[in-house]
Amino acid sequence: MMKGLKKWRLFSLLAVLTVFLAGCGQQELSTLLPAGQVGKDQFKLLMLSSGIMLFVILVVVAIYVVALIRFRRSKLGDDFIPEQVEGSQKLELIWTIIPIILILILAVPTVYYTYKLGDVKAMEEVDDNGDAKHLVVDVTAKLYWWEFEYPDLGIVTAQELVVPTKEKVFFNLKAADVKHSFWIPAIGGKLDTNVENLNKFYLTFDQESEGLKDGVFYGKCAELCGPSHSLMDFKVKTLPRDEFNAWAKNMKATADKTAVANEDGKEVFEASCIGCHATSGAGEGGSQGPNLAAFGDRNRIAGFLEHDEEKLKEWIKNPQKIKPGNTMPSFEDQLSDQELNDLAEYLLGLSVEQ
Amino acid sequence: MSSVAQKRGFGAALWDWMTTVDHKKIGILYLIGGGFFFVVGGIEAMIIRLQLLKPNNDLVSAGLFNDLITMHGTTMIFLAAMPILFGFMNYIMPLQIGARDVAFPFINSLGFWMFFFGGLFLNISWLIGQVPDAGWTSYASLSLASTGHGIDFYAIGLQIAGGGTLMAGINFLVTIINMRAPGMTYMRMPLFTWTTFVASAMILFAFPPLTVGLFFLTFDRMFGGNFFDHTMGGNTIIWEHIFWIFGHPEVYILILPAFGIFSEIFSIFSRKRLFGYPAMVFATVLIGFLGFMVWAHHMFTVGLGPTANAIFAVATMAIAVPTGVKIFNWLLTIWGGSISMTTPMLYALGFIPSFVMGGVTGVMQGAAPLDYQLHDSYFIVAHFHYVIVGGVVLAILAGVHLYWPKMFGTMLSETLGKITFVFFFVGFHCTFLIQHWLGFWGMPRRVWTYMDGQGWNTANLISSIGALLMAIGVIVLVINIIMTTVKNVRVGNDPWGDGRTLEWAIPSPPPFYNFTQTPLVRGLDTVYIEKMEGNTTMLTPAEPVQDIHMPNGSIIPFFMTFGLFIAGFGAMFHQETSWGLPLLIFGLAWIFVSMAMRSVKDDLGFYVTKEEIQRDIDNARKGGRN
Amino acid sequence: MDLNKKFTPETWPEHPERATLEAKNKFVGFWLFLGGETILFATLFATYMALKNKGPSGFGFSTQELYQLPLVFVMTLLLLTSSLTSVYAMHHMKNYNFKKMQLWLAITAILGLCFLGLEVYEFSHYVKEGFTFGNSAFSSAFFTLVGTHGFHVAIGLVWVTLLIFRNAKRGLNLYNATKYYTFSLYWHFIDVVWVFIFTVVYLMGVIG
Repeated sequence: MMKGLKKWRLFSLLAVLTVFLAGCGQQELSTLLPAGQVGKDQFKLLMLSSGIMLFVILVVVAIYVVALIRFRRSKLGDDFIPEQVEGSQKLELIWTIIPIILILILAVPTVYYTYKLGDVKAMEEVDDNGDAKHLVVDVTAKLYWWEFEYPDLGIVTAQELVVPTKEKVFFNLKAADVKHSFWIPAIGGKLDTNVENLNKFYLTFDQESEGLKDGVFYGKCAELCGPSHSLMDFKVKTLPRDEFNAWAKNMKATADKTAVANEDGKEVFEASCIGCHATSGAGEGGSQGPNLAAFGDRNRIAGFLEHDEEKLKEWIKNPQKIKPGNTMPSFEDQLSDQELNDLAEYLLGLSVEQ
Repeated sequence: MSSVAQKRGFGAALWDWMTTVDHKKIGILYLIGGGFFFVVGGIEAMIIRLQLLKPNNDLVSAGLFNDLITMHGTTMIFLAAMPILFGFMNYIMPLQIGARDVAFPFINSLGFWMFFFGGLFLNISWLIGQVPDAGWTSYASLSLASTGHGIDFYAIGLQIAGGGTLMAGINFLVTIINMRAPGMTYMRMPLFTWTTFVASAMILFAFPPLTVGLFFLTFDRMFGGNFFDHTMGGNTIIWEHIFWIFGHPEVYILILPAFGIFSEIFSIFSRKRLFGYPAMVFATVLIGFLGFMVWAHHMFTVGLGPTANAIFAVATMAIAVPTGVKIFNWLLTIWGGSISMTTPMLYALGFIPSFVMGGVTGVMQGAAPLDYQLHDSYFIVAHFHYVIVGGVVLAILAGVHLYWPKMFGTMLSETLGKITFVFFFVGFHCTFLIQHWLGFWGMPRRVWTYMDGQGWNTANLISSIGALLMAIGVIVLVINIIMTTVKNVRVGNDPWGDGRTLEWAIPSPPPFYNFTQTPLVRGLDTVYIEKMEGNTTMLTPAEPVQDIHMPNGSIIPFFMTFGLFIAGFGAMFHQETSWGLPLLIFGLAWIFVSMAMRSVKDDLGFYVTKEEIQRDIDNARKGGRN
Repeated sequence: MDLNKKFTPETWPEHPERATLEAKNKFVGFWLFLGGETILFATLFATYMALKNKGPSGFGFSTQELYQLPLVFVMTLLLLTSSLTSVYAMHHMKNYNFKKMQLWLAITAILGLCFLGLEVYEFSHYVKEGFTFGNSAFSSAFFTLVGTHGFHVAIGLVWVTLLIFRNAKRGLNLYNATKYYTFSLYWHFIDVVWVFIFTVVYLMGVIG
């Protein structure tokens, strides 16, 4: 009996340990494995506050357990009438002052980091040539997709944010329809995209996304925005600066020349899709549908589906079924199977990385 | 009027409940209404957890899921937690201060019916199939974009229910200010009365902003207003401010009475006076005050700028101090006491670690930069369920067990009560503890489903299993209530044996006039003082047996609210139907006529004669009660 | 309580509005209600300030051009005077002079009615100019703030009219003294709110 109990204890201890070790989540989307300065700062605050709070919990639980063990009526007898203590000023003072000190310990770094993370003055800085010193990305959140415009580079993309590593990247955030919220958990905390004003903040990306499970960091919409709120994912590809420059150049170049994987597909695209979707990465944002210049390089279709021809066709056939409430019409009745095949091949061939 | 005990037909009984202005009956009505909506909200919660049981689940559609989360939140806050607490406040608080009724019995009844019809209005949306779907916060851009009448149900239903809450708040305040028995000074009031007082004051100042916000929403959606439409110069952030200026005090409105119930329980079942009573009172008031200073911590990610964020961050953390004072005073109350492990005490003991956990995660989110990560993730879901379930719902369940004998004259089964506790408590931690990590792992809240391969599967499964355990707990409670009612073993004035405040010195259930003679209060825990001095009646009367003035019942509150209900439908459909506008006008006229009737007709109440009271006293003596 | 109990100015209590428990309850309760109303108006004011002059692109209305101070000034005078007359009424109520109280209350009501008439005129003037409720965020906020005040005035008028007629035959007693008194409190409150509206909306709109 005792032996069994011991084994059970060992087992539960192991279980707890496993949970603890697994407790950091997955690298591409866990706030506990931060891959950028902002996320690391926030993680430091998390550790500090958790430490203080664990201390508080331990003190409370200690007093609580001892009281429970010592002062049970079953132990003291049914007739026991305890002394009617009114209180103690000394104790009251202690448990007012100690929490105040604990709070101050937490408050000082909180205020420091609030100002540090809120500092976007560098956004306006220009070098001697009048070019912006830092990369600025204009993010527009739309009903269930994200548009990323690089105003200084003259390019625009969607659904997959591409950024250079090891430098501050600044963001202008805005929503085009209803409120959304821009969040890349592994990189740093979120900021809302409001409908009436521009929100600004910065993030740094310390790690290249190449080595991650899917080769990308995960981005999320964190504000309820309608039925497909949960499907409003985006992905983040982080590249070293020189690779990023190359990518930007290629994107710009899609304005003139693109390799066409399927000419028939291109015709279908120009007949049915071009009203909303652009295939040129050069230019400005504001289109009806996501820019598709780099579609073939993406990690997911519609932000969350497997990136293959099968899913792509399913999506084009009936986007409403897959992502309810989005603004893309269904093409099930408008395109033949052959046209769909051509279109899919054409779209998957749109690439700036090959 | 002493015909209450006589057997009557169903119709007469129904009429009696519909017209009652007795605070005890209204309290029970609140409990029934709140209990009903608690079950409705619970079923919604179960469907939510079933949908999130596994990745890519499609048990419910995305749209229906948003309906469910919105209605779950709205129902639980406005239609379950608050009304149930109001039930206790209504029933217990006047007894605790030695009053015969509340200050405004008529308005008390009106408040209940407004809550009930407001809740009904909101839930009729399920029948029409156009359900609120913008979250319980209904942030303006989404709530304006939402199609159908869903959000209209939200705006009008909450307006009606919120009006009732405001009335109840004023009523409790005046009752406590004016109707305390002789000797019941403010610093002798039981802590539940104190928390009722502070929560009511918070209602008075927090609900008007909600009223205004809901009117704006109603105007924007139904009457061509432009408060939140940014293309017309409006601003959605105004809604967020208004909602949280109401919304943050609201959580304290919920938790303070819960603190009150636990304070009573710790004191009763430790046989000890509440440790540091003045500090407890002060902390309650301070929490109430600070509760109005911190609303923007719900909006750290809105982009208010670092200065606003820093100020609200520090203010938020400050609330931890008075809350900590309370926790330690409770600990010191049981320290050195004689702890009796009854069901209510189990809940109270379960509450301390649960609420501390919820409290500290609140402080963590108060650290603004950290909140950028935690906000709108599952961490926040875990946090507010830890404070609301771990605080408010545990208090409600504790209160149900504690006050059941006082309200119905029969004890709930202790065995079943403890089984409920175990299921509920284990289920609660199982459901919500793991959700902190889901938040850390990047899972946003209010998601209809989630993709496989993000490391969230096991945690969500555990969470859903926990929800099932909680549901079992609640089912056991329902069985307990049914069995107890059927058995109906009568109990005396002080069924727990350790009652310390005035409600435990009168029969269970009390006569409709509560006290045969208004009691004289001789100190904090006055009944305990009397008991220790060997006074078997447990009361010292402050007056001779004399005629008692009581208010008349009235059906007008019911009618008035019904008018509001009709007007609500009129407002909702006035744009698309020809009958909407006439219905709106008819409803408003109906309300006006009801109000005028109330105003013009003198209602002076009636007297219970000395002889009747003396007869009740003699009967009680013969019955062998104390 | 005995409604038929007759008082003389000598036996009439010094504070008839809170001479009984019920009266005291109403007295305290009404003060608290006004506290809540203050928050309600504060929220409306804050919203108005935030949305002042805000409209769709190409919006052509501004506070400077819209408001007519002379009209508003007359309205202010009317309402302030009506507050004063209600003070007279309460003075007579405390002295158990029913007839004079009724008279002054009637004057109060007439002044209030004139105020309301001018407000209706003002609103209809704006609407004629195209400044309708749905015209912009500014117009919504303006009409809601000032209209809520106007609605309160209308309620007050109905209330006092009912009081005057209901009690015309039976005179003052401790039951209706509270009703009269709370009405006068309400009327003062409306007056104070109007002073704020006059300052924040009109004066600051035209001058600021």
